[in-house]
Amino acid sequence: MADETSERDIPAKPRRLTDPKFRALVFQILASITVAAFLFFIVRNTLHNMELRGISTGFGFLDRVSGFGILQSLIEYDESSTYGRTFLVGLLNTLLVSALGVFFATLIGFVMGVLRLSSNWLINKLATVYIETFRNIPLLLQIFFWYFAIGFNLPSPRQSITVGESLFLNNRGLYLPAPVFEDGFMATGLAIVGSIIAVIFLARWARKRFEATGQLFHTVYASLAILIGVPTLVYVATGMPMHLDYPTLQGFNFKGGLTVIPELFALTLALSIYTGAFIAETVRSGIQSVSHGQTEAASALGLRPSWTLRLVVIPQAMRVIIPPLTSQYLNLTKNSSLAAAIGYPDLVAVFAGTTLNQTGQAVEVIAITMSVYLVLSLVISVFMNWYNAKMALRER
Amino acid sequence: MKILRISVLTAVATAGMALVGSAHAGTTFDAVKKKGFVQCGVSTGLPGFSATDDKGAWKGIDVDACRAVAAALFGDANKVKYTPLNAKERFTALQSGEVDMLPRNTTWTYTRDTSLGLNFAGVNYYDGQGFMVTKKLGVKSAKELSGAQVCIQAGTTTELNLADYFRANKMEYKAITYDSSDETVKAFESGRCDMLTSDQSQLYALRIKLADPSSAIVLPEIISKEPLGPVVRQGDDEWFNLVRWSLFAQLNAEEAGITMKNVDEMMKSADPNVRRILGVEGVKGEFLGVDDKWAYNIIKQVGNYGEMFERNVGQGSALKISRGQNALWNKGGIQYAPPIR
Repeated sequence: MADETSERDIPAKPRRLTDPKFRALVFQILASITVAAFLFFIVRNTLHNMELRGISTGFGFLDRVSGFGILQSLIEYDESSTYGRTFLVGLLNTLLVSALGVFFATLIGFVMGVLRLSSNWLINKLATVYIETFRNIPLLLQIFFWYFAIGFNLPSPRQSITVGESLFLNNRGLYLPAPVFEDGFMATGLAIVGSIIAVIFLARWARKRFEATGQLFHTVYASLAILIGVPTLVYVATGMPMHLDYPTLQGFNFKGGLTVIPELFALTLALSIYTGAFIAETVRSGIQSVSHGQTEAASALGLRPSWTLRLVVIPQAMRVIIPPLTSQYLNLTKNSSLAAAIGYPDLVAVFAGTTLNQTGQAVEVIAITMSVYLVLSLVISVFMNWYNAKMALRER
Repeated sequence: MKILRISVLTAVATAGMALVGSAHAGTTFDAVKKKGFVQCGVSTGLPGFSATDDKGAWKGIDVDACRAVAAALFGDANKVKYTPLNAKERFTALQSGEVDMLPRNTTWTYTRDTSLGLNFAGVNYYDGQGFMVTKKLGVKSAKELSGAQVCIQAGTTTELNLADYFRANKMEYKAITYDSSDETVKAFESGRCDMLTSDQSQLYALRIKLADPSSAIVLPEIISKEPLGPVVRQGDDEWFNLVRWSLFAQLNAEEAGITMKNVDEMMKSADPNVRRILGVEGVKGEFLGVDDKWAYNIIKQVGNYGEMFERNVGQGSALKISRGQNALWNKGGIQYAPPIR
C-alpha cells in the first residue's frame, strides 16, 4: 500500500480477497500447480501402465545393435552399429536436407521476389505464376511429383547420361568423382583456412581505412588472389596430394565416387521450390514496405540505382522480411519430415520409423524425435532473432 | 472466471485419471463380451490377408481370424469391427487397448513376444521372405544380386532379414525404405531399385498391382522364417486362450474332415473325435467361457482352416498360392494343432 493517494476510495484495510494483485498471484500459483500435477500424473501413469503390461522402458535400447542398413549416411554406419548411431545418421540426414533446402529456398525466394516487382511484363507474370502455383499445391504432392517425375524419366544405370565418362546421371542418382585426400593434404587445408582468415582481416582494414580517409581499396580482387593463389601454391608445392575417385559401372550399379541419391535431390527440390514461393512473397512485401520517397531521395542525392537498392531499400526491407522468413525456415525444417514418403532416410524415417518398429519403444523414440525438432526450431529462432536484432533500426 | 477455469481444468484432469484408470480394470475378455463385438486390428489393405472387396467388406485370412473369435464368443461371426493399421502403428494400437486382437500379417519374434507386453496366440500363416526382380535383369538366384538396390517397406522384420542375408553372403546392397507398399511398388516399377523384397505371400499380392505383372518374377529363395499370427495383449489368459483355440478349432476341423457344408451332418457323427470338437460330448465350452457349440459356430460360419486358406489366398483367390508349409502336418506341411479333448 505504498501508493496511498491514488487509493482514496479503498477502505484503510482492504480485504485480501479483493486485492487484485494478491488474487492474481494466488491464481497463477494454483494454475502452475495444476499443470505440474497434471504432467506428473501423465508421466507416472504412463510408466505405471507400461510396467503393468510388461512393456520394457528406458533408453537402454540405444546401445543395442540395429542390424538394418541405411541408404545414405554422412558418418560411418553399417548393420553392426547401434540404434544410437541410427539416431545420429537420421539427424544428420535431416540437417543436410534442411540446410540445402534453406539455402536454395532463400536463393529462389529472393530472386523471385525481386522479379515479381519487375517492370518487365513477362518476367513479372512468370514470377507471379510460379508463386501462385507452388504456394497452392500441397507439399507432399509436390514431393511425389518431383520424385516420380525423376524416377520415371531418367535412364537405367547402363544407359546413363554421362559427361566425359566421369559424371553420370541415371534413375539411381547423380554420380560424381570424389576427391580422395592423401597424406600431405593437411598443408593445403591449413592454407585454405589461413587465407580465409587473412581475407576477413583485409576487409576490416579496408573498411576502416575507407571510413578514416575515404580512400577505396579493391578488396574483391585482392581477396580472390589470396583465396585462390595461396592454397594453389601450397598444393603444388606439397606435390599435389589428392586424386579423384571416378564412379564405374559394376554389375547393376555404379561404384565409387560420390552419389547424390534421387530421394535427396527430389526432396531438396520440392522443399526449396515450395518454401521459395512463400519467401518470394515475403521479400516482395518487404521491398514494397519501403516508401517510394526513400528511393526518390536516394536518386536526388545522386546514388546509382544499384547503390539505392543495396544501401537504402534492402537494409530497410530486411527488417520486415526477417521475422516471417524465420517462420519459413522453421516450416521447411519441419516439413523435411515428409521424407519418409519417398524413402529419404531422415530422422523420422530412420529413427521414428524403423528403429521404433524394431525396438517397440514408442514413447521413448517419439519423445526423442519431438525434442530434436523442438531444439532445431529453437536454435533457428535464436539465430534469426540475433540476426534480426543486428539488422534492426538503430536509434541514436 | 478464473476459479471456474481452474475447476474445469481439475475436472478434466480427474476425468483423464478416471479414464486411464478404467482401461485396465476388468479383463479384455469381459470387456469384449460386454460391448458385444470384437475390435480387430488389420492391415490397410493386403489382398488375401486383410483387404476390402468391391462392396467394402473386409476379406482375408487375418479378417477370418477375428470372425472365428466372434463366432466362438457371440455365435455370430459378423460381430467384428475393423481398425486398419499400418506397420508402425499396429503394436501401439494393441498395447493401448484401441483394438482387442491384432491378426495383421505380423511376424512372431522373440523381441515382440517378450518386450512389448504382447502374446502371439498361434500361427495362421507360415511365410518367408523372398525377392521379386524384373525379368529384364536376367537373374535366376538371389546370390547373383550383389551390389543391388532394394526397395523395401518400412517398419517390418524384412529390413533386418535383408541386412542379415546380404551380410551372411558377403554381398553389398542399398536399401531404399518406403512408408507404404504402394510407393514401394511404384519405385520398383520406375526402376529406382533392382528388386523388391517382402514376405513371399505379399510379393504375389504386390505383383498383381504392377502395370505389367509378367515383367517381374519372384525368385525361389526364401531367406527367413516368418510365422504370422494373431497377437493379443499380455495379462488376460482367458482372452488369449479363446483366440488361440479359435484357430486350433479350425485346424482340428480340417484334420477331422469337418467342413462348412457337412458340419450339420457331422453333429450326428459317431466318431468320438468329431463329437468332441463339435461339443456334442466330452469337452465343454465353459472352459473357454463360451457356449458348448463354439467350434460348431466357427466352422459353420467361417469354415475350417483349409477352406479359409483356399478362399482367401489359395486356388479360390486371385493369388493362387499353394498350401506348401501351410498344409496340415499329415499332408506334408507344418500346420499342427493340439487335440481338442
